[in-house]
Amino acid sequence: MKNMKEKLSGRIFLAVALSTLSALAVITVFIFIKGLPIIGKVGVLDFVFGMKWAPSEGAFGIFPMIVGSVAVTLGAVIIGVPVALCCSVFLAEFAPVWMRNLFRPAIQLLAGIPSVVYGFWGVIFIVPFIRDYLGGPGLSILAGSVILAIMILPTIISISEVSILALPRYYKEGALALGLTHWQTIRSLLVPAAKSGIVAAVILGIGRAIGETMAVIMVLGNAVALPESILDPVRTLTTNIGIEMGYASGEHQEALFATGVVLFIIIMILNATAQYIVRRKRAR
Amino acid sequence: MRLDSKTAEKFAKAIIWSAALLVIAVLLAVIIYILAKGVPEISWDFLSQIPRSMGRSGGISSTIIGTLLVTLVAVAVATPFGIGTAFYLTEYTREGKITRVIRFSAESLAGIPSIVYGLFGFIFFVIYLKLGWSILSGGLTLAIMILPTIIRTTEEAILAVPYMYREVGFSLGGTRWQTITRAVFPSALPGIANGIILSIGRCVAETAAVILTAGSALQMPESLFSPARTMAVHFYILAREGISMENAFGTAALLIILIFIINVVFNMLVNRFVAKGR
Repeated sequence: MKNMKEKLSGRIFLAVALSTLSALAVITVFIFIKGLPIIGKVGVLDFVFGMKWAPSEGAFGIFPMIVGSVAVTLGAVIIGVPVALCCSVFLAEFAPVWMRNLFRPAIQLLAGIPSVVYGFWGVIFIVPFIRDYLGGPGLSILAGSVILAIMILPTIISISEVSILALPRYYKEGALALGLTHWQTIRSLLVPAAKSGIVAAVILGIGRAIGETMAVIMVLGNAVALPESILDPVRTLTTNIGIEMGYASGEHQEALFATGVVLFIIIMILNATAQYIVRRKRAR
Repeated sequence: MRLDSKTAEKFAKAIIWSAALLVIAVLLAVIIYILAKGVPEISWDFLSQIPRSMGRSGGISSTIIGTLLVTLVAVAVATPFGIGTAFYLTEYTREGKITRVIRFSAESLAGIPSIVYGLFGFIFFVIYLKLGWSILSGGLTLAIMILPTIIRTTEEAILAVPYMYREVGFSLGGTRWQTITRAVFPSALPGIANGIILSIGRCVAETAAVILTAGSALQMPESLFSPARTMAVHFYILAREGISMENAFGTAALLIILIFIINVVFNMLVNRFVAKGR
């Protein structure tokens, strides 16, 4: 009796645990079923590399949005990653204890603030600043990059900090004993040793940036055109869905799901890469 | 030119400190601005009255209730699954193929963008299961979204329970089930609570996934099958369509205060948990 109950509880736990797998499967299946037919109809190449998005005319090309997503994300990485890395080194190596105790909850709060609030703040501060001092309409790749850079900070900071702190103590002790300065130790030993964790953190940050929707809808300007400079407005894959899902129907709606399919594939590749890097490090 | 090591040290330190201060400055800039503009808008009427003329006047009571109900559904559904999965991964099996698949799934779920959850929730819950734009559709979509968070935090909490507890449980003749429910679970509870609090924060802040699944109706929801607008969605619509800046600021301030409270509670729990562990 006892044994049966034991076996049964094990089975139930396994069934519950497989819910993650089934959820992932159902999500994948439904997004693909709804999105793939239109890609088939338009043709994969014409869909991915098509320059014209005019749902009323049946033209579905998302290349400008792919460029938009890549440009905004790249900008966010260029602005955000150095700041985030400095912060994680600061937290792991330089910050006095009281500051660290203040800083960590602050980073959590930064992560918790709704993305729409960042977007709104961007419209009020970043967009006019760019328009007045750098030119262009203000609603631009640059504005989106700045907002996304802020939003990916918590992800990158916390994961890189953990991977620096996880290094064995004797690394640092040995380096300092050899007469290296604190900064030399950080630069030539700690950061390189924590590299895989940091790379994984950056990839996860990239995933967050590419996936963000509501904040960037507000600051990007959302024009479907290839941008010529970082001061031009763009539309990303996510904002394309966010803007048009409210009223799309028929083929138009399917094309938005197809946009979701492309986004989904990009994100899955990024996630798998990050997971692979973390796992390889653990195995070593 | 090569800097000598002392100058390089000073230089690097200066840059790192300023990066850290910059991040704090940005955080403060966002929070202080929103609170300064929004807090004066918050009054009893603002909290207790239904939005009128698309949110141009009146309060935000129905969106507060909407947020509450959507979050409640999400947490109520995700918690048992999240905790169960975490216990399976840590207590019931060795690391192997199955755990790898489950972990991969959970981490993948964590990486899926909220707009894709929105698409999925729309096509699956709203259309396929015919739940319509409703609190239930929104809550179930968010439940999947927060599942990885609950799994991860619960797993960490379980792993932090000293192995001794299990040994004592087994040596007293307890089954695995008894040991888990009577020894491991109670001591992991504060950690599990953290995961739930963190998830509540995510639900409250979410926009993209909810707007496509719960809809954006302004009336007071009557049941779980009613459509609803959450505070974050309300704020988004007010701000983006320029309906009412005053009410937008008020809603944003309330959201930030809420997130702040959630974070404070979270940290208090973490500190108590850590203190107890020592």
